[in-house]
Amino acid sequence: MAILTPISRKPLQFVLPILAAVGAILGLLVGTSNGNSLGGLVIGALGFTGLSLAAIKLPIAEKAARWIIVFVFAIGGYMLANLALGLLGLMVGAFTGWFVYWLYEGRYRAKLLPYLTPSQVLWHYTFRMICGAIFFFLISPIIVVMPLSFNAQDFFTFTEKMLALDPEGYSLKHYADFLGIRYDSNGEWIRSFWNSLIIAPLATMISVSLGTLAAIGLSQSHVPAKRAIMAILISPMIVPLIISATGMFFFYAKMGNFLEGTVGLDKDFVGYIKVVLAHAVLGIPFVIITVTATLVGFDRSLTRAAASMGAGPVTTFFRIQMPLILPGVISGGLFAFITSFDEVVVVMFIGSASQKTLPWQMFLGLREQISPTILAVATILVALSIALLATLEILRRHSERLRGMTPT
Amino acid sequence: MKLIKTLLAVSALSVAAGSALAQEMTIVSWGGAYSKSQLKAYHEPYSAKTGVTIINDDSSAEAVAKLRAMNEAGNVTWDVVDVVAADALRLCDEGLAMEIDADSQLAPAPDGTSAADDFGDLMVSECFIPQIVYSTTFGYRTDMVGGKTPDNICDVFDLATYPGKRSLEKRPINNMEWALLCDGVAKGDVYDVLATDAGQNRALAKLDTIKDSVIWWNAGADTPQLLADGEVVMGSTYNGRLFSVIEEQKQPVAMLWDAQVFDLDGWIIPAGLSEERKKRALDYIYFATDTQRLADQAKYISYGPARASSAPLVGKHAELGIDMAPHMPTDPNNAKNTFLYNYSFWADYRDDIDAKWQAWLAK
Repeated sequence: MAILTPISRKPLQFVLPILAAVGAILGLLVGTSNGNSLGGLVIGALGFTGLSLAAIKLPIAEKAARWIIVFVFAIGGYMLANLALGLLGLMVGAFTGWFVYWLYEGRYRAKLLPYLTPSQVLWHYTFRMICGAIFFFLISPIIVVMPLSFNAQDFFTFTEKMLALDPEGYSLKHYADFLGIRYDSNGEWIRSFWNSLIIAPLATMISVSLGTLAAIGLSQSHVPAKRAIMAILISPMIVPLIISATGMFFFYAKMGNFLEGTVGLDKDFVGYIKVVLAHAVLGIPFVIITVTATLVGFDRSLTRAAASMGAGPVTTFFRIQMPLILPGVISGGLFAFITSFDEVVVVMFIGSASQKTLPWQMFLGLREQISPTILAVATILVALSIALLATLEILRRHSERLRGMTPT
Repeated sequence: MKLIKTLLAVSALSVAAGSALAQEMTIVSWGGAYSKSQLKAYHEPYSAKTGVTIINDDSSAEAVAKLRAMNEAGNVTWDVVDVVAADALRLCDEGLAMEIDADSQLAPAPDGTSAADDFGDLMVSECFIPQIVYSTTFGYRTDMVGGKTPDNICDVFDLATYPGKRSLEKRPINNMEWALLCDGVAKGDVYDVLATDAGQNRALAKLDTIKDSVIWWNAGADTPQLLADGEVVMGSTYNGRLFSVIEEQKQPVAMLWDAQVFDLDGWIIPAGLSEERKKRALDYIYFATDTQRLADQAKYISYGPARASSAPLVGKHAELGIDMAPHMPTDPNNAKNTFLYNYSFWADYRDDIDAKWQAWLAK
């Protein structure tokens, strides 16, 4: 963006207090971790201001001054603790160098509209900081898990060696445990992962087919007692899960006994049927709701037009209606998939150990043994979901380009 | 059409997978290091010998509730269940566990002693096949006690000498006994005092003195994590968990063996299995509770084997190569002052004291 407002250097009585405040906050953080909050606060404020003042006033080029600041912070961090803090110092130093000149030269004003009042400028940046803080609040619990999953110890703790970035403090052993290739792993993690990968897609397919049909049926004008039927169909989403689970436990136990005893099916196969059906029931409401929402915008004269050209109801559904409501169907399917993939209560009631899914295994892993293997699994799942979403997004843009739409 | 084909293929695969795994059994245990010791000592050799696939379900903590529900629904999916002795007694009373004839269904000792004699007093119920003797005891951070080594259970209650948080199990069992011991009750009288209202209040009053410094734990893994984090100075847990923290994870933690409370853990076979599954479960139990197998388990975790004939066979740790005997709760050096958990007392008083305990916790 071009410079909107001419910028000028700011007076020191404006710059220095802000710098002192930033320095005080940084000093407070370092000081508290070293057991002296007040000392850190004072030293931080004074040191930071002094350093910035020197950078501004001494006859050094900006680039050189910024490199010196980076250097000072990195060495300071390294001397204070270890390599990790040195790296942190490097980053803080880079930020400081940028921040001092950004403030002093008045660059913060450059890209804003010229007629903004100082309080509007302040709000502009405060607003961004709040947004950043919210983002941090949402993301940091997920991020913190990732380095911990490489812990060489069996605890959820950042060890000294990890903080010092010592390679000995890190290991892939929790990943090996997940894959079942560690000498003492019993293969339960990978088995439950496969179980989830079998159960979730099957349950999703059932939910999507039944849910879409139900939504289309319910959108017809001649269906009696529509609201009542709708309420019953989406009740699994409203009734507390533990109650559905208890009811399902007895229902599916009877059904399972029948299938095993009278029909003579294999015990494990029946187990999978039970869990898949239960998860399908939980997924159906999501599909119904999303598909019903897309059907609102569906033009019924299109089906009549198709019929007038001789297409039967099935052809009309697949060639006309389905492509138009596909976005709703897909997002309902995604919800159904995630419901099944995340579900722990119902499967604990209905499944036996051979149908143990990944969330169940994670639940057990947390309760009986605070095992960092869970963190490894979490990291893998986060990576997988990012990859999945990225692929979907790339495919979407690709198809938009093919269809001649500009990606937004 | 494609969709239908995929569906058919997937279901065919699941059926194939189902029949391939027909020779399998579900064994329920506690998870963590304990399950790993069973994996190495029992499951892996048993699978190698018989070709049976073993599925692990770490649900022992809710074994009683789940077995009740399974029994009610007429669909017991577990084959062998690892439970503490107190749970085995309850399950046996309710008819949810099968009775075992020790002499005909369990392996005799190598010298010919019958299984019943080999297990001796530890066979506390007809349904229960003892596996290990474990103890609930304390561990402390060696770097946080200020150079003074705690060697007495009452150091847990001594906030002046050992300031900082302690972790205790969130239930009255063991805590009430320790509190009374440290309030001056003689070891032999603890359960007599605890049977009275005044005695229960006395125990809670003693616990009150440290209540603000207590972090309550629910799972056996909590205290090891808290000790490793340095969040507590000392905490109670099962001795095998502490062994793992000290020797395998090399944390600055040491054992406080004083007034450790012994308890038993072992197998039960659920009642109501089909003949085929019952036969397999009994075959597994016969294999897994023989003298050598019980001694093997002690290579992986520091719990004492329940057979008298296994004790001399306890060797070195499988990876660390250290002698396991000194880490056993039953070792004479560790067992100088032990406390015997009274099953019948807690069976009778558990509900009353639990109610009081919950009210006290909420205060």
